[in-house]
Amino acid sequence: MTALWIAVAVASAGCAALKFSGYLVPSAVLQRPDLQHVLEALPVALLSALIAVSTFGSGHQLRLDSRAAGLVAAILLVVLRAPFVVVVAVACAVAAAAHALAGA
Amino acid sequence: MALDSDRRRIALRALAIGVSVAPFGLSFGAVAISGGFSVLQICVLSLVLFSGASQFALVSIAGGGGGLASAVSTALLLGLRNGLYGARVNALLRPRRWRRLLTAQVTIDESTAMAVSENDAELSRWAFWVTAASVYVFWNIATLAGALVGRGLGSPATIGLDAAGPAAFAALLRPRLTHPRQLAVALTAAALAIATSSFLPIGLPVIVGGLVALAVLLVRR
Repeated sequence: MTALWIAVAVASAGCAALKFSGYLVPSAVLQRPDLQHVLEALPVALLSALIAVSTFGSGHQLRLDSRAAGLVAAILLVVLRAPFVVVVAVACAVAAAAHALAGA
Repeated sequence: MALDSDRRRIALRALAIGVSVAPFGLSFGAVAISGGFSVLQICVLSLVLFSGASQFALVSIAGGGGGLASAVSTALLLGLRNGLYGARVNALLRPRRWRRLLTAQVTIDESTAMAVSENDAELSRWAFWVTAASVYVFWNIATLAGALVGRGLGSPATIGLDAAGPAAFAALLRPRLTHPRQLAVALTAAALAIATSSFLPIGLPVIVGGLVALAVLLVRR
């Protein structure tokens, strides 16, 4: 079994278990305001960190390249509440154009 | 009957939600292929893990050269919120025995939101299941299609696919920024992830950024 398969298996089983945990843990525990606030803020923090790293990260280095142009387009469209398909398609097109321009 | 027209209204919305996740599935499949995952691995993720944000995070970090432990941990941390949804759906639907497992497996953002938005218990149940079925079918077909198409695509940077991850994460983030506090969390997390990326193992800065979520406890006091 390759490392990638182990990652797929552990993430899949783990996420399935987390979904099921909501049905087992007494709801009084999950309804604690502190816990709810942290659980609501967690995806916000993780997604934002993911945006930063997947846009500017390149191994251990930071790099300003065509991905940043794509992200700027995506943020504009997201703020304008464009549908998902438009956000991703335009972001990719802008990044591809920026890449072509930078390479030319 | 009023109930029938309600059911139809809900089913149409569920169909629309299913269609709307398809482009997300397509881009996930293509990004996962470019990140080195096989078509079969991608299908297993969509069939079993079945949670868009966690799946995208996993392939984005692993594909970016990150440690698999960081990639898996981030996917699990993003999956934690589904536990919270589970508690809400459990209170509404009260599934029993084997139905519990099945219900839990399809407890995601979309099915939960549709279930809690209905006031009638019967309609809640209907909304949960038609949304779950619609999203499950569209998500899995789109993922497979994205993976197959992705195999024939050129280098990610040339076609702009390297911007698909950031764009998808931005689209997922936007509806969660409901409060200035959330925006502060988002900006701090991004800054912390960037600041630590030069010296921490690849992938770990995302988790460090995620820990900013704990700061909401301090702010509330």
